[in-house]
Amino acid sequence: MNSPAFVFIAILTLAAALAAATLRKLLHAALSFAVASVGLAAFFFLLGGEFVGLVQIFVYIGAVAVLIVFTILLTRRDVEKDRGFNWSGVAIAIAVFGGLIWAIVKTQSLSVSAPEMPALTIKHIGEVLMTGYVWPLLCLGLLLTAALIGALILVMEDKR
Amino acid sequence: MTITLQIVLAVAAALFCIGLLAALSRRHAIFILIGIEMMLAAANLNFIAFWRFRPEPHQPTGVMVAIFSIAIAAAEAAVGLALVIAVYRHYRTTNVDQFDQLKG
Repeated sequence: MNSPAFVFIAILTLAAALAAATLRKLLHAALSFAVASVGLAAFFFLLGGEFVGLVQIFVYIGAVAVLIVFTILLTRRDVEKDRGFNWSGVAIAIAVFGGLIWAIVKTQSLSVSAPEMPALTIKHIGEVLMTGYVWPLLCLGLLLTAALIGALILVMEDKR
Repeated sequence: MTITLQIVLAVAAALFCIGLLAALSRRHAIFILIGIEMMLAAANLNFIAFWRFRPEPHQPTGVMVAIFSIAIAAAEAAVGLALVIAVYRHYRTTNVDQFDQLKG
C-alpha cells in the first residue's frame, strides 16, 4: 500500500474535518465537510473498496452536502454564525480519543499489514448483493421510502 | 513505512473524535448533524479497514456493510434536516439551547 498517499490523504481528511467542526461560518463548515467526504472516499479507493468510494462520493457530496447547504440557506434568517462553544465537549472528545488510541496501541493482533488481494469487481458485488444480501437490500429500500415519506410529512405545512 | 491496521484505525478514531467534538460542543443544530455524519463515516472507514486487513478478503462482507451503512446515514441526514427545518418554523431559531419547551 502506498504510504505517502496515505499520509497525504489522512492529513487532508483530518484537517478538513477539524475545519468543519470548528469554523464559525456555517457554509464554510458545510464545504469543509464535503472536502472531508472526498478524503474518506480517497481512503476507500486506497483500501481497495472502489465501489464504496464511488458510493461515498455520490451520496455524501451529491446528496448530504447539498442537503446541508440547502438547509443552511433556508434557515439563515437569525444565525449566520454559531455563537458560543462548549469547552466541556472538547475535553470529552479528547478523553475518548485518548482511550481509543490506548486500546488500539495495546492490542497486539492489530499490527498486521494488508494481505495480497484479487481486485474486487463490481460484477462480484452485484452478484453478492442480489443473492446473499437481497433481504437487507429490500429492507433498505423500505427504510429509504419510509425516511422519504417521514421527511416530507415533517416539513409539510399545516393547512388548518 | 508500511501501513498497518493500527494506523488506519487511529485515523478513523481521530475522525470519530472530531465528529464527537462537533456534536458535543456546537450550539447549532446543523453542526450537530454534521458531527453525527462524520462519526458514521469514521465507522464506515473501520468496516472497510477490517475487511481489507483480514487474512482472506475474498468475500465482500465489509463492503456490503459499508454500503448499507452509507444508505442509512443518508436517510438519517434527510430526516434530521427535515426536523431542523420543522423546528426552525416553530421557534424561528436553530440554536439548540433555545429548544427548551419540554424542559421540566
